[in-house]
Amino acid sequence: MKKYVKDLKVKAVEVPHALYVLLKLTDSEPLPACLPGQFVEVKVEGSPKTFLRRPISINYVDREKNELWLLIKKVGEGTNKLAELKVGDTLNLVFPLGNGFSPVQKQGEKVLLVGGGVGVAPLLDYGKYLKEHGAEPVFLLGARSKSDLLEQDLFKAIASVYVTTEDGSEGEKGFVTQHTLLNIEKFDRISVCGPKPMMVSVARYAKATNTPCEVSLENMMACGLGACLCCVEKTVKGNVCVCKEGPVFDVKDLTWEV
Amino acid sequence: MADLRTKIAGLTMKNPVMTASGTFGYGVEFADFVNLEDIGGIIVKGTTLHHREGNDYPRMVETASGMLNCVGLQNKGVDYFCEYIYPEIKDIRTNMIVNVSGSSLEDYAECAARIDALEQIPAIELNISCPNVKQGGMAFGVTTEGAAAVVKAVREAYHKTLIVKLSPNVTSIADIALAVQDAGADAVSLINTLMGMVIDIEKRKPVLSIATGGMSGPAVKPVAVRCVWQVAKAVSIPVVGLGGIMNAHDAIEFFLAGASAIEIGTANFIDPAVTVKVAEGINEWLDQHGCKSVSEIVGQLNA
Repeated sequence: MKKYVKDLKVKAVEVPHALYVLLKLTDSEPLPACLPGQFVEVKVEGSPKTFLRRPISINYVDREKNELWLLIKKVGEGTNKLAELKVGDTLNLVFPLGNGFSPVQKQGEKVLLVGGGVGVAPLLDYGKYLKEHGAEPVFLLGARSKSDLLEQDLFKAIASVYVTTEDGSEGEKGFVTQHTLLNIEKFDRISVCGPKPMMVSVARYAKATNTPCEVSLENMMACGLGACLCCVEKTVKGNVCVCKEGPVFDVKDLTWEV
Repeated sequence: MADLRTKIAGLTMKNPVMTASGTFGYGVEFADFVNLEDIGGIIVKGTTLHHREGNDYPRMVETASGMLNCVGLQNKGVDYFCEYIYPEIKDIRTNMIVNVSGSSLEDYAECAARIDALEQIPAIELNISCPNVKQGGMAFGVTTEGAAAVVKAVREAYHKTLIVKLSPNVTSIADIALAVQDAGADAVSLINTLMGMVIDIEKRKPVLSIATGGMSGPAVKPVAVRCVWQVAKAVSIPVVGLGGIMNAHDAIEFFLAGASAIEIGTANFIDPAVTVKVAEGINEWLDQHGCKSVSEIVGQLNA
């Protein structure tokens, strides 16, 4: 897939939560093809302490409005700077990067999409893709508390949404792997994006139920192009770049203890 | 239009801009962003005689105006390179140069000999300055005896242009450069990364898996310019300058310090099209200053 380096225009800035910002970007020409689960590397301007680009997963691509959405969690200097962007500003992107989630395997397949924290971001675009291509996505989203659940209306517009919160303020109390849904339903496959402990526990559930499972990783990276070999993950084939061979991996190919 | 053609010993280049090893993959990773043939030379990822897995993750940490890495020469070995990668890159119409590293004199010489047999690789860059491997690497590059020994061994096995990449982590880089020149190097390139360390104060642990790493990026540029200046005054062979070059003005600094050509490294991670922009910018600067060629300004500092 052809990659680009482009200045995109900030069309809208939304603040769904004190710790998050949603940037809706656009361009004067049609945005390039991007696969669900791919990511962009954004350049952070005017921040002396941030030197490298920041990898951000693609939250959603709206072809009709020619928009690409980035849901960004403010975790440090770079992401805080990105949260200061205003409508009309430009943001320089290298994209689309990485492999993305698996395409539809068979019509009507039931795919469980499990997200936690900012890891829910790429599942919105993936869920839409699955729905449009004849699969049946189901979302299972985890958060600390009700107020930490993001883009709920958008998820619900695509498919059923099941929720767990650690404090029980929304959905079932506990972690995603404790949700009763997992005892009742059987899925053809699972895709997960979230904190590593969450992904590991979902991978264990997947193994126990003999369900194929893919996870999206977010190792620290520099180039995003497979050149610097900094973001490697140990796999059955040795160290591979998360930015190029990933970010999405079949759990079977990783060396995680599940 | 100034004359950007550059000669480094037996190597002729359409412009003085090369890519630093380990920052540009094998070139093909950047083909969507630049016309590879517009780059004077592409120095591909460090290659060793045997396959190396490299160091554990984390291998990278950002610093003020730079970064540290401890990749540790991850590569599939020279045989894999010759069989699978060389056919993919050999017809790119620029100088495709292989960076060669090793952990013993024999490894270095054998690896260089295999590359010598590849018709469309006109030069190697000998890495005696990698700070991220336990054996070999920088160990050879920090003493005049070690540097001379490895260059001598490789010189016997390798018959094309031999560029030797030097470490700044030494007391006198000019002495190392002289030793390398006497041992038969055709050119030197400098600087490799500066050894550094970052600590996570909450965990009270180094961030990188092997504690230390090599620092690169604009933060190291003044050190690199100083090294190039010292080495260029000491040796008679061409000097290739690198270390934190982000734009054409940075490159001009290196030429004035005495570099005949430059390499761009970490900047490729920020702007994958930076190489051709720097080449264009060098041309513009030369035109604006009434200079007809790059060679006209090499080492031309005012007294």
